[in-house]
Amino acid sequence: MQWRPQNSSTAETLFSLSRVTKHYPGVTALREVDLSVSAGEVVGLIGENGAGKSTLMNILGGVTMPSSGTIRLHGDERPSLTVPDAIKGGIAFVHQELNLFENLSVAANIMIGREPLTGGPLCLVDRKRLRKLAEPLLVQLGADFGPDMLVADLTLAQRQLVEIAKALSLNALILILDEPTSSLTVTETERLLRVIARLKANGVGVIFISHRLGEVKRCADRVIVLRDGRIVAELDHEMIEPEIMIRHMIGRELKMLYRPPAGPAGDKMLELIGLRTAYRPARSVSLDVRQGEILGLAGLVGSGRTELARAVFGIEPPLAGEIRIGGKTVAIDRPAAAIALGLYLVPEDRKRSGLVLDFSVAKNASLANLPAVVSHGLLDAAAETRLARKWKNRLAIRCSDTNVPAASLSGGNQQKVVLAKWLSMAPRVLIFDEPTRGIDVGAKHEIYALMRALADNGAAILMISSDMEEVIGVSDRIAVMHDGAISGILSRNCFSEENILSLAVGRVLNRGLGASQ
Amino acid sequence: MNRKDLGLLVLILVIGTVVAVINPRFLSPVNLSNTANLIGLFGIFALGQAFVIISGGIELSVGSIVALLGVVFLDLVAGNVIPWGAAMIVVIALGCLMGLVHGFLVTRMGLQPFVVTLCGLLVYRGVARYYTDDATAGFPFGASFPWLEWLTAGRFYGVPHSLVMFAILASIMAVVLHRSVFGRRLFAVGRNEEAARYSGIDTQRTTVTAYVICCGLTAVAAIFIAMYTRSISPSSHGNFYELYAIAAAVLGGCSLRGGEGSILGVVLGTILLQVLQNLVNLLGIPSSLNFAVMGSVILIGVLADQQFAQRRERTARSRKVA
Repeated sequence: MQWRPQNSSTAETLFSLSRVTKHYPGVTALREVDLSVSAGEVVGLIGENGAGKSTLMNILGGVTMPSSGTIRLHGDERPSLTVPDAIKGGIAFVHQELNLFENLSVAANIMIGREPLTGGPLCLVDRKRLRKLAEPLLVQLGADFGPDMLVADLTLAQRQLVEIAKALSLNALILILDEPTSSLTVTETERLLRVIARLKANGVGVIFISHRLGEVKRCADRVIVLRDGRIVAELDHEMIEPEIMIRHMIGRELKMLYRPPAGPAGDKMLELIGLRTAYRPARSVSLDVRQGEILGLAGLVGSGRTELARAVFGIEPPLAGEIRIGGKTVAIDRPAAAIALGLYLVPEDRKRSGLVLDFSVAKNASLANLPAVVSHGLLDAAAETRLARKWKNRLAIRCSDTNVPAASLSGGNQQKVVLAKWLSMAPRVLIFDEPTRGIDVGAKHEIYALMRALADNGAAILMISSDMEEVIGVSDRIAVMHDGAISGILSRNCFSEENILSLAVGRVLNRGLGASQ
Repeated sequence: MNRKDLGLLVLILVIGTVVAVINPRFLSPVNLSNTANLIGLFGIFALGQAFVIISGGIELSVGSIVALLGVVFLDLVAGNVIPWGAAMIVVIALGCLMGLVHGFLVTRMGLQPFVVTLCGLLVYRGVARYYTDDATAGFPFGASFPWLEWLTAGRFYGVPHSLVMFAILASIMAVVLHRSVFGRRLFAVGRNEEAARYSGIDTQRTTVTAYVICCGLTAVAAIFIAMYTRSISPSSHGNFYELYAIAAAVLGGCSLRGGEGSILGVVLGTILLQVLQNLVNLLGIPSSLNFAVMGSVILIGVLADQQFAQRRERTARSRKVA
């Protein structure tokens, strides 16, 4: 099968959304969005986390139904799409998290569910034809691997090409790439940009969602900036410049977010000296967090921030180096040891690592501190409920009762339950890993206020975050991680998206910018 | 008592009534006492199975442990090697050791519980047969241990001591599972091991403890069963007992995904299984159909439970929307 786009006449509009709005209970994710993509056009879609990009994409993919507005796909106008509509209409996604079967070959993944069969009564897979169907797609994309390779043996960038090949095999007319370059090396990114150029020449419409503005500038014909569910700018030609894009993306007054600490930062509470993790054994991390301080830890995905947090908390103990708490060298070989020292972790994936979702709010809140709800050697349900009610009130956890399952709470309230788990045990050091991911704006601000209150009460806070607005708006200092080591530390007067990004990609800042490392 | 347990209780009462109406001998003191004895014997190791299933694992070697520890116990006692009290302690300690080994292989070596305990099933059975040269183990003619026999196979106003033991152990285990810190941690580990680990719970130790409890209780059951049968042919003694235990736990609301179950449920599940066995005998159903009846009832029970759960969820959801 030689892949060929069905429509190659230029400037034909493939689809358009008009006045699409999506309300969720309490939040409006999209407000009257108009968007259209033509054949052979690359549209950059940018916006900060929570701007509405994923809602918009889910509507296009037929996963989410818009509250109002119309969608026109190949001339048909309708209020919403279903997933089969989207696939039939030629809309294909390459998600950030790839959906491939690692145990199958490249060709089998590309043709999954549509395998060519031999004619016989057993309906066996025709391996020769399978290979023949997959090969030209890979050649077109300039892939450096064959159709028989096992996906498990491919790099992330190669797997991405498999996803794109799969989309092409479905005769995709519109390809949506969600943060495709976030984990790629420079050369891999170059290759992907070349692939996009080739697709464009073949008349495919591409939506390129990315935080990497340099790449957006290089490949996009038009850039759409989303903020708070609205399209705030539509840029083309010479207007596609990183500074201009950033200006539209940010737009929000960052100072509103920052709550200064009640007093000057105290002594060093957490010190990491030459810490090496199994993730990047050749690199080491040294940093310190002071009492009463919120230290933001920024960096790109894969820079080793989560692995650092897991090492400090004892999930995967560090290979070498020293951890000091309150000036004393400590040995943390398992989470219980960290907890005994008053060092707690609010993990990145709260549904998997933070909570037992089927447990009630009360049972989750007491899980790390069961001795506190024991009387006469047995669990005391009344004491447990009291403890949970106390934290429900203090943290304003919104749930009808503390005996409802944690799964029934909203993301923000779930995160507060994770916090409640630790706060009953006087934290000295709290590590937050992406504390507000997937949480609505209101709850975000409550979490920030809680973090500040904890710091003011004498805790040292290390906040890992990929949300620029959050890192800049909440931190007292920012440490930036690159490739498993700290590439620089910024004090408040040097906070800027540009400085953070420069350090995150491993560039050295000019002297005098306040980078202390 | 939750809805599930209540449903099970109602089922037991309904089946009991039907059987009693068809064949009044069901309620005769002799039959009741015999059934009670079997409930006690099978219940003791079913309790242990529940702990392992709640941890997210499974213990398949129960029947072989019953055979191996049974012959060891009879050999120690009948040969007057050590006093029977000491023999009990040795056998229970051996059971706990087996649990320790299973738990170690599952947690530290990262093997799957199914594989580890399947190997246990094969190994212990083989060792039991080798130990007796495949001959039947039993007491020599005229040997008598009145206290031991009274303790394990005696009756108190018609109530078999095995049932008394089961009741005592079930009460203790109910407290351990539902009221102790360990029990809470076990549920957390079974439900979401990663979240348990991030909460500072020593998940490996919790899991190992579940296997130790399971095999320790199985050892206790092995003693009672050995004293009940008084002779053991090691190639068939205890065959399929692990399946009775798993069936009782599943009927009682334990989920094989882990993190779910109750002691009351396991007790009711055991009772139901033995009532079913009894029903086959009393209603003149060919005893060859025994397992078929058991399997069908479990299947229907689990199916009905799931349908009810789905319906409840649907109504709850529609109420939420409205």
